[in-house]
Amino acid sequence: MNVEAKAAEAANPNLIQGATGDWEVIIGLEVHAQVNSHAKLFSGASTEFGGAPNAHVSLVDAAMPGMLPVINEECVAQAIRTGLGLKAQINLRSVFDRKNYFYPDLPQGYQISQFKSPIVGEGEIEIDTDGGPKRVGIERLHLEQDAGKSIHDQHPEYSYVDLNRSGVALMEIVSRPDMRSSKEAQAYVTKLRTILRYLGTCDGDMEKGNLRADVNVSVRKPGGELGTRCEIKNVNSIRFIGQAIEVEARRQIDIIEDGGTIDQETRLFDPKSGQTRSMRSKEEAHDYRYFPDPDLLPLEFDQAYVDELAKGLPELPDEKRARFIKEYGLSAYDAGVLVAERSSADYFEAVIAALDDPARDGKLAANWVINELFGRLNKEGTAIEDSPISAAQLAGIAKLIGSQAISGKIAKDLFEIVWSEGGDPAEIVEARGMKQVTDTSAIEKAVDEVIAANPDQVEKVKAKPTMIGWFVGQVMKASGGKANPQAVNEILKKRLGID
Amino acid sequence: MQVDEATVRRIARLARIKITDEEAKGLEAELSGILDWVEQLSEVNTDGVEPMTRVVPISLKKRSDVVTDGEKADEIVANAPLSEDDYFVVPKVVE
Repeated sequence: MNVEAKAAEAANPNLIQGATGDWEVIIGLEVHAQVNSHAKLFSGASTEFGGAPNAHVSLVDAAMPGMLPVINEECVAQAIRTGLGLKAQINLRSVFDRKNYFYPDLPQGYQISQFKSPIVGEGEIEIDTDGGPKRVGIERLHLEQDAGKSIHDQHPEYSYVDLNRSGVALMEIVSRPDMRSSKEAQAYVTKLRTILRYLGTCDGDMEKGNLRADVNVSVRKPGGELGTRCEIKNVNSIRFIGQAIEVEARRQIDIIEDGGTIDQETRLFDPKSGQTRSMRSKEEAHDYRYFPDPDLLPLEFDQAYVDELAKGLPELPDEKRARFIKEYGLSAYDAGVLVAERSSADYFEAVIAALDDPARDGKLAANWVINELFGRLNKEGTAIEDSPISAAQLAGIAKLIGSQAISGKIAKDLFEIVWSEGGDPAEIVEARGMKQVTDTSAIEKAVDEVIAANPDQVEKVKAKPTMIGWFVGQVMKASGGKANPQAVNEILKKRLGID
Repeated sequence: MQVDEATVRRIARLARIKITDEEAKGLEAELSGILDWVEQLSEVNTDGVEPMTRVVPISLKKRSDVVTDGEKADEIVANAPLSEDDYFVVPKVVE
């Protein structure tokens, strides 16, 4: 790499290096998020996951002749809430269209979707990047039906079709092609998922396919004209989204640099091989012949309805993070970790509520939640909801540290005891004599003993004051870790004549 | 508006309707005729006219989010030419 290229890379770390120079990758995402609801979008059948084959199917979902769709008002409310969470335009009038294609798991022969007039228009999401916060535009959000499921491994000649998912409400959330690296795309999906989970409009469970993404990828020379894009269908984990973008961008760069051209096509990411491959059969099916569904009138509501829903929205992660920084002096990073999941943020807020002096101990409590508790929960594979240490207990530990009743080191032992045995932290400290010794005379006595026993070290520390750490260690050891380290330090300095 | 044979074949394929060469020829003329007939509507000036979605002043009927249906897999697959364990069974479709 020559000097200019190095400088350019430093200026824009997102660029990908090719044989003919640097390339920029352009990414847009279509996320399909299953709406949290009891019943389906247009029928009264259950949306519950994992039912017996075709158990959650009504005659509407099976597209029996003469059946008519009736919209579930909660699905509409959920789409509006999501739109509000994305700071988006809510359209008081939207229209359902038929998207026509044939597939065995689509018994109607069309999907009811919204094409020209979606329920939600332009919005945005703020993501964190290495270069600071960045806004990713949302183009639209529309409501549509999910399809059924085909199973191909039951029989050598036949596929088995289960319509339990058929007709479940999905929100398709379409971003602007604003992302410039796999990391940014991952940050976008992560943030979108967090917002949906806060709103309670989608559970974000990617393993069950309740949140999945179609990824549009193209490459260009920095600042040049947009390249032809390929769409990678149905990527179902945040890790795979990153991998799919990396390999697809590289594939396109290699083709162009070898003198070839990119065909606009639909591709699949195969996690096993780590490659994307063409789904040629999908090409013709792209002629969807949309037209307004004659079974459904336009979806209309007034601004008062939207305002009422807006009143019921919870505090969203960005606002919560800003508040944690302002009220408890947390770092942006720590606040971000705490708000990433609503359950974590709720736990932290419960800890704060149980503190006597949140201004003093809030930051300390955050550190203990993030480093000790999350670390331990992760290690044990336990969810925060099932934490053996309650928010009140954790607050108890933080209070004891904050008031200097115990040292940080003893606090770790206390944490272990509360984790495995339970109990009130203050009572445990009292009962087991874990209290920090702040009684100066007791510390002075220990200091004097250590000094008297180690004349050689005393000589050395006078020449090299940093050796005081050794003395601190000895005194702490003599006190069984219970001496206040700060007091020990001060008394040692005085006795040894060090400034 | 003239529909050519390629368009007829494409429409037939999209609609999953099998047609013979002879039928394709006939359909060219028929579809062209239908489109010409509908084309007459464009003689009416519709500038600024909203598409009509209803003849009586009613709004979209909504349902509350309650499970009222399902748990009748046997009825759902009753008419299927082939089924097993309440699954629809269809010729293999795999990408």
